[in-house]
Amino acid sequence: MKLARDTWLIFQRQIQLLLRNPVWVFVGVFQPVMYLLLFAPLLKPALNAPTQAAAYKIFVPGLLVLLAIFGGLFQGFGLIAELRAGVIERSRVTPVSRLALLLGRSLRDVISLIAQAVIITLLALLFDLRVFIGYLLLAYLMLALIALMTSAVSYGVALKVKSEDALAPLMNTVAQPVLLLSGILLPLTFAPGWLQGVAKWNPFSWAVDGTRALFAGDLSNDRVWQGLSIIAVLAVAGVVWAARQFARSVR
Amino acid sequence: MIETRGLRKSFRSRAGRETKTVDAVRGVNLEVAEGEIFGFLGPNGAGKTTTLRMLATLIEPDGGEATIAGADLRKDPAGVRRRIGYVPQGGSTWDESTAREELVLQARLYGIGKAEAHRRATRALDAFQLSEYADRKCKTYSGGQRRRVEIALGIIHEPKIVFLDEPTTGLDPQSRAHMWDEIRRLRAEGMTVFITTHYLDEADALCDRIAIMDHGEVVAEGTPAELKREISGEVVLVGLDAAATPRAAELLDTEAYVTKLETADEGGLRLYVDEGATAIPQVLRRLDGDGLDLRSIELHRPSLDDVFLTKTGRSLRES
Ligand SMILES: Nc1ncnc2c1ncn2[C@@H]1O[C@H](COP(=O)(O)OP(=O)(O)OP(=O)(O)O)[C@@H](O)[C@H]1O
Ligand SMILES: [Mg+2]
Repeated sequence: MKLARDTWLIFQRQIQLLLRNPVWVFVGVFQPVMYLLLFAPLLKPALNAPTQAAAYKIFVPGLLVLLAIFGGLFQGFGLIAELRAGVIERSRVTPVSRLALLLGRSLRDVISLIAQAVIITLLALLFDLRVFIGYLLLAYLMLALIALMTSAVSYGVALKVKSEDALAPLMNTVAQPVLLLSGILLPLTFAPGWLQGVAKWNPFSWAVDGTRALFAGDLSNDRVWQGLSIIAVLAVAGVVWAARQFARSVR
Repeated sequence: MIETRGLRKSFRSRAGRETKTVDAVRGVNLEVAEGEIFGFLGPNGAGKTTTLRMLATLIEPDGGEATIAGADLRKDPAGVRRRIGYVPQGGSTWDESTAREELVLQARLYGIGKAEAHRRATRALDAFQLSEYADRKCKTYSGGQRRRVEIALGIIHEPKIVFLDEPTTGLDPQSRAHMWDEIRRLRAEGMTVFITTHYLDEADALCDRIAIMDHGEVVAEGTPAELKREISGEVVLVGLDAAATPRAAELLDTEAYVTKLETADEGGLRLYVDEGATAIPQVLRRLDGDGLDLRSIELHRPSLDDVFLTKTGRSLRES
């Protein structure tokens, strides 16, 4: 199938370039690891958690979702560099599938996110976090869908604005409220009613709740399938929109 | 090979609060024959790149039609893509990749299998004398080497037509001469080559036919020789003493090959002729036969810049 073949070609190339410079893995996990080591210990008393492990069960899923959102949203910068180098234009004169130009790149972002998530999960295991492997994989699926969506949106916006100077403030403006209104760092159970009401409209809030439920081993929690479905729909929409930008972008 | 009818494109750009419309290309009609090097000559902002990008399916025309190697630009852009190669003005290679990686990837994007893609990459690296640097990162290449990689990328799938947007801009004279040879080699292999340039000498020496573009319109089209002949013919400058000038003017004015004759202020004559090369011996014979003393004789051929000047009222060097 042409789409699968083209996607694989683009993905292969992107992964090859990424592996040529493996510092990214450490840069990418450095910040979350700092949170894990320096911020999480404050949580047990703050969350009134019975044990440190219980605090991690709440904090680690939020941290991973955070990583997925931000990791994805800032991928557009790499694309602007490619745009400037003429690499995108060179691809667009070939008969390669436009969707593959997007998917190949987003797939790389998903894989690198999962690699980072694994590193962080393993570290958290040292702090007595325990998760059933099946639930963990479902949580990773959630993370993968988030990263797919945010990176696709980031690429689409990058193709529209075509400059780092416009992309940076735009992404920050989007990311800040999304972050604060999702209960990523602290669960919104302590939030006042109005804040909880607003957060209901934030899809990432559903994703975080679902991921937390998975880490807590609570598969029957409705938030799990709700979160997965919401994010899956948004990911598809994001991909379709961004692929259209690849098809028509000017310069 | 390429035929365009009334190709148009305008851009809307925002400058502060106002939106301005730039008519980048306004009604371009072109015919490019198979196997020729066709040149697009014009100053900055003439619309050369925009035309090329439309023909390469990168932007959609606002109006007009084009047929490229038998494929309709509007109805069958995918067909056009398979038949053409395009080398953008601003480069197309990635700093961290090697020439070989880029070539293999590009071939594969055109649907070519892995083994064949590697074979073609090796062949292209040989043909463009890049084998030595094939496995070094592109950021380590010289300007000329990098430009050759980009051209190799544009033709890796053996297209019928290749569009080269300013292939020699920014190259030193030696690399430029080298690039001309490469382009002629493509023509020898049967490819139709469409280049843009703002170098007069390049249009003159390299191109079989050219179109001069200004402000989004083609103002002249033909072989360089035709275009130059069209504007004023050639001028023979005859150097004479002031005393001998009137007599010489009398003798030459009646000659059939002289279309117009002017007397220069400081003595001497300007003869407008169709073809200087055959006029000069006749002038010499005529004046010699009358015993007139000739100081110098000089042939002035109009340049493409003269053509541009007559068509647009400006010199290409100034614009
Ligand atoms: N994406 C765009 N948005 C707005 N205006 C554009 C765009 N692309 C080109 N233009 C404008 O269209 C006109 C023609 O540009 P074009 O790049 O085709 O010129 P050119 O002949 O290739 O010039 P050069 O020799 O400098 O490369 C210019 O006035 C340019 O500013
Ligand atoms: Mg140009």
